[in-house]
Amino acid sequence: MTLTEDAARAEAPTRTMETVDGNQAAASVAYRTNEVLAIYPITPSSPMGELSDDWANKGKPNVWGNVPTVVEMQSEAGAAGTVHGSLQGGALTSTFTASQGLLLMIPNMYKIAGELLPAVFHVAARTVATHALSIFGDHSDVMATRATGWAMLSSNSVQEAHDMALIAQAATLESRVPFVHFFDGFRTSHEVNMIESLSDDDIRFMIDDAAVLAHRNRRMDPDRPVLRGTAQNADVFFQAREACNPFHDAVPDIVQRVMDRFAERTGRQYHLFDYVGAPDATEVIVIMGSGAETVESTVEAMVDKGEKVGVLKVRLFRPFAPEALIAAMPATVQTVAVLDRTKEPGAVGEPLLQDVFVSMGEQTQTGAASWTETPRVIGGRYGLSSKEFTPAMAAGVFAEARKDDAKRRFTVGIVDDVTGLSIDYDRSFDSGPKKRLRALFYGLGADGTVGANKNTVKIIGDTTPLYAQGYFVYDSKKSGAMTTSHLRFDDDPIEAPYLIEDANFVACHQFDFLNKLDILGKAHRGATFLLNSPYGPDEVWDHLPREVQQDIVDKELVLHVVDATAVAREAGLGQRVNTVLQTCFFALTDLMPIDDAIGAIKAAITKSYAKFGDVVVERNNAGVDGAIAALHEVSVPDAVTSQRTRRALVPADAPDFVQRITAMMMADQGDLLPVSALPVDGTFPTGTTQYEKRSIAVEIPIFDPEICIECAKCALVCPHAAIRLKVFEEGDLDGAPESFKVKPFRSRDLPDALMTIQVAPDDCTGCSVCVDVCPAKSKSEVKHKAINMEPKEEHLAAERANWDFFLSIPEIDRSKVRADTLKGSQMLEPLFEFSGACSGCGETPYVKLVSQLVGDRMLVANATGCSSIYGGNLPTTPWKKDEHGRGPVWANSLFEDNAEFGLGMRLALDAEISEARSLVSDLSSDIGGELATALLEADQTTEAGIEEQRRRIALLDDVLDDLDTPETRRLKAVSGALARKSVWIMGGDGWAYDIGFGGLDHALASGLNINILVMDTEVYSNTGGQASKATPRGAVAKFTAGGKRTGKKDLGQIAMSYGNVYVAQVAIGANNMQTVKAIAEAEAYDGPSVVIAYSTCIAHGIDMATSMTHQKDLVDAGYWPLYRYDPRVGEEGKHPFRLDSRPPSRPFAEVALKEARYAVLSKVNPDGHERLMEEAQRDIDDRWSLYEEFTELDRIQPYEEAE
Amino acid sequence: MAADLSTTYLGLELANPLVASSSPMTGNVDSLKALEEAGIAAVVLPSLYEEQIEHEALEMQRLYEFGVDSFAESLSGYFPEFEDYSTRTEAYLVGVRDAKEALDIPVIASLNGTTRGGWVHYARKIEEAGADALELNVYLIPTDPYASGRDIEERYLDLVRAVKAEVSIPLAVKVGPYFSSPPFMARELVDAGAQGLVLFNRFYQPDIDLETLEVVPTVNLSPRTALLLPLRWIGILKGMVHADLAITSGVHTGEDALKAALVGADVSMMAAALLRGGASHVTRMLSDMQTWLDEHEYESITQMKGSMSIGTAPNPDAFVRANYMKMLTTYTSKGA
Repeated sequence: MTLTEDAARAEAPTRTMETVDGNQAAASVAYRTNEVLAIYPITPSSPMGELSDDWANKGKPNVWGNVPTVVEMQSEAGAAGTVHGSLQGGALTSTFTASQGLLLMIPNMYKIAGELLPAVFHVAARTVATHALSIFGDHSDVMATRATGWAMLSSNSVQEAHDMALIAQAATLESRVPFVHFFDGFRTSHEVNMIESLSDDDIRFMIDDAAVLAHRNRRMDPDRPVLRGTAQNADVFFQAREACNPFHDAVPDIVQRVMDRFAERTGRQYHLFDYVGAPDATEVIVIMGSGAETVESTVEAMVDKGEKVGVLKVRLFRPFAPEALIAAMPATVQTVAVLDRTKEPGAVGEPLLQDVFVSMGEQTQTGAASWTETPRVIGGRYGLSSKEFTPAMAAGVFAEARKDDAKRRFTVGIVDDVTGLSIDYDRSFDSGPKKRLRALFYGLGADGTVGANKNTVKIIGDTTPLYAQGYFVYDSKKSGAMTTSHLRFDDDPIEAPYLIEDANFVACHQFDFLNKLDILGKAHRGATFLLNSPYGPDEVWDHLPREVQQDIVDKELVLHVVDATAVAREAGLGQRVNTVLQTCFFALTDLMPIDDAIGAIKAAITKSYAKFGDVVVERNNAGVDGAIAALHEVSVPDAVTSQRTRRALVPADAPDFVQRITAMMMADQGDLLPVSALPVDGTFPTGTTQYEKRSIAVEIPIFDPEICIECAKCALVCPHAAIRLKVFEEGDLDGAPESFKVKPFRSRDLPDALMTIQVAPDDCTGCSVCVDVCPAKSKSEVKHKAINMEPKEEHLAAERANWDFFLSIPEIDRSKVRADTLKGSQMLEPLFEFSGACSGCGETPYVKLVSQLVGDRMLVANATGCSSIYGGNLPTTPWKKDEHGRGPVWANSLFEDNAEFGLGMRLALDAEISEARSLVSDLSSDIGGELATALLEADQTTEAGIEEQRRRIALLDDVLDDLDTPETRRLKAVSGALARKSVWIMGGDGWAYDIGFGGLDHALASGLNINILVMDTEVYSNTGGQASKATPRGAVAKFTAGGKRTGKKDLGQIAMSYGNVYVAQVAIGANNMQTVKAIAEAEAYDGPSVVIAYSTCIAHGIDMATSMTHQKDLVDAGYWPLYRYDPRVGEEGKHPFRLDSRPPSRPFAEVALKEARYAVLSKVNPDGHERLMEEAQRDIDDRWSLYEEFTELDRIQPYEEAE
Repeated sequence: MAADLSTTYLGLELANPLVASSSPMTGNVDSLKALEEAGIAAVVLPSLYEEQIEHEALEMQRLYEFGVDSFAESLSGYFPEFEDYSTRTEAYLVGVRDAKEALDIPVIASLNGTTRGGWVHYARKIEEAGADALELNVYLIPTDPYASGRDIEERYLDLVRAVKAEVSIPLAVKVGPYFSSPPFMARELVDAGAQGLVLFNRFYQPDIDLETLEVVPTVNLSPRTALLLPLRWIGILKGMVHADLAITSGVHTGEDALKAALVGADVSMMAAALLRGGASHVTRMLSDMQTWLDEHEYESITQMKGSMSIGTAPNPDAFVRANYMKMLTTYTSKGA
């Protein structure tokens, strides 16, 4: 941003400063300049839609005084289609998206541009999934749209996200060319900074009413009928396609005019390309996005030292304006380094590089440039997936550009030891004057650290002359996640879009972090270190690990401790230590007088919490009041005294890959891994969560064999596979620790067997679902059950030893177990364990159960969503192998295509089976007729049958090895397919009911042997609780704040309509047995199966400890009828539909009120709640009577048996 | 000439001694209006429960902070935000205002607190909302073996004093019967600022579910026999303490209300009878009372009030311990 003269600024209206993040900055303009917003949630753009929805619900008008219509669609493709239609209808329309979402909009983007419909899409630019999904930021999504004909305008900062949103809107209306307005996902979308906000008057000043009217007048109107979207042929299409040229040609000038008008109004002058640096620079970096600000601060530091460098910031990327580029480029430039935040494998260079290269060459050729020979142009990639891009890296690029033999193509920020593309850089580069306060905070998601820090930024921004910036980093776990807050404060505006590396204030809000992570690595010499410590100033030193003591001594840190946990507890705040530590932060810094700070914190508390009630305000205020007295400076000794070091993150016996690579990621050191350390195609070993001993539970379940009735419910419902049942023989107990508890196992099939229930103490999250479902109660003390939550610390040593011993006991022979029974299923090893799902997750018990029943022969296609995150988010993943090395093979394609993806797996498997069978037949004389026949006619309906077939295949492989002909080699490659496999297509309701429904429907109609598990949380859980078509009537969710007014889609009924699809609706907590049976039946059914599984979710607002028992209430109320529709039964001449639950026996409203998603509405809109509950009850009654009619259904639908 | 049914309670002039006590019947304007039309002389609104309000406020805050800023894809929590969640207090105060607006008879609000600050805080709000009087609905179940009866009593007195210091509308205190010395406690409550005593609070009693082996709270509408306990204690207290006395629990008929007046009750409060019989039951009771008074040639309720208390009854011994002995004797001889 460059400012025009003060005079222009002085004429502008009074400006108000606001502390917001980039998403809000952009959405604030988009909302006020549109009439229709068609939205769909996708990280990191979801908050733009959520804010718009929130504003619309509160009746906030746009600048024309109308409340925009905000509509959630079933996918981004749907949102784009809706935008297109709305634009054709003449409404000002927009949307927000990112990544895959933007890609789904591309077909409509071509249409919208082709029809010259003015619109702006606001994009929080995010990585497009390739070898892996990433939710973080780069330009790969927006770059994929550059052929659509949309103009592309880039914002580099929060302020610019605000300004460019308006510039894009004004320019699209004037030019008729639609605009993608983009800014860096997370780095800009989620950075909290201070901006000068644009008023409604500013917006009205910028928007040309005539252009708005012109757009409206082009609308589809039966009074003035026209036809758009014709089909054209070779005769005219080409010419017609060229007819739009003048509009695109005009865009750069229009944008510049709009920018000039904007500057006139606000004083902030932008150009198509803005140059900053030495007027006589010899090296210039061309870049767009937040990285441009990093280069700018680097350039400033280098120019101060007399270096001739500069940066050219690209604002308008498309249409690319070569003349403007050349005009902005210093004539003295010798090397231009173009940095792209995207990767185009196989291209001669990335998109920006190509455009700059061509422009410079051409401008030189035409004589438009001031130089006679084209300066050297080199190009590099940086910052993929939010990889840090620092001033030191920028300086490294300048250094490279100065070299005679500079790399023409390079990467910066990583070590590429494979193709040698990366450039090295001086990490100690000094980027100039430091910001006054650079503060780092390490906290837990649940302790409120980030919220307090956002609030601190706001307080400083709103009440002092200082500028403030906040950026927050999260880890990949959904429960017990660590957060790192980066806060800067200064007298001048702060535009540093990179993390703090030299903090002069470090706060550690969780003492245990010191034992695991390098918390002080980024502490500057002499920094203040605030530690939330259960130990007082006199004793804390002796509790610090050696590395921490070393840093404190070496860096001469000033250590303060506060027992914030105790203060918070005393104030009734539970784990929320945030306001206590926030107060301490103000007390230890000089940002504002502490009394003023306390006043401001309390004012913020009132603002945030008064809506909940006085008691909430009072308790938080009590936390503030208790803080200062509990804060103590520690007298630090001169020398390190501790003999204890930080804990190793993985055990010494972990596999090599885990030691070398996974452990680095776990230690937050993944940035240091070189290219060679990573798999080339995204393939990773499974079963790595077992090495990440997170130990986050405070209490863990402890087994009492005296009480246990061996029901196995605890093991079944455990969301993390952290409590297990094992059945074994007495001889297996050799060497058992004394504390290892066993009891006789009552079973006719396994006489003399013993059993145990064992907790994995470091893997349990302490959700206590297991204890909640335990039906066995002591006769003399009813509250004492067969498992009881007890303090972990008291049991940790013993249970660790017990767990290790438990693992050493051999797994039971699968063929001896009746897997389709509750107890039998839990005797099998889970091949899905210790995921990072939320504590008490309602989905994971299903996933784990499937892994127990068929995990050793299972292919999983997993839709993007919660299950792909807890199932496949690095560093560690929960899918694992059994002792034979077999286990689920897992892959995630996209969100929308999962059913098709799984169908493809089935087709490939069938092709392999077909190949194998035909080769076995052909080669039967070579391999032995008996073996061949046995292989082809094997009965694999039981575990024993499958095991027998595996033995035959092993025999076959041995024979094939000896024969070694082209045919036998072909057969060897596919022989494994002769053992029965199971394809599972898994995902949530967002996928199955909404974005992936078309594909799911098609997969069901395929007749192929696939198994679909829909984990129905009735809401988009992963992206934070937006409504889906599975959301029930009366429930409050994002995008349906007033309570959903329509009923839930009956997916099961749709699936049943095919007749030949096995359909089950289950709720594992309501009827364990029915769930186990349904999954076993679905798997056994030789055709398409779908199991719709009720999955309790934190987005329901219930006590997750009751996650399972609550399901029983829902079934009792008839809300979630349990049923199985089995086409095989129909063929036997019976009724194929069977209701497995009883008629509704209690009012739904009574059960619903246990869930906040219904209860919230009863508080804020009691009448609406009551009406919706009445309608919801009618839904239930109606559905039940319909299902009762189904039970009488006679139906025989043939299905094609797979071979 | 018909006998005069009018009475006074907490300084309020009432047309008769029948008051609707806290119950769902007094929870909405329509049924309140029906009660007034049927002749009820005053109403006590359902209790405002501090514990419930605070629990809900804290739960709502926890809900909205749950999962916030924990996971990069869902940073803003899982629910859309609303402007205001603390509606229970507001709704109660609106209820007080609405009742005042709709009714001509006095409106008595009722408050059940858990903390000293809570009692005072909400009492003040209720007064501001326009209630004519305030009934403090106090119950403390002592479970601490180290807390003496006196300790518990002090807590009652402390909060009555605290509320009295903050509000100027008349104050009644509704208590249970389980004091070692009800007369002593009654006197002390009056000294602490209670202008009326409401006898007695009926507690929820825990029951056991044999199937689930859980303790389940139960509440039953008071049976007619429940009248006898407060009848005795009002008879004993009448004349001993300088406070108005309200009888509650067990008043079902006009006769019950007459008995209450005879032992000294200034008003008879009813919930169960109204829930069972509806508003029209009031009219019947008043008619029955009128008839009885006329037949027995009383000039007014005031005339009979307290005429059969411990100091005025012909056989006062029946109010005290001998009462129990006599029944026991009778029972024994019957069985012989």
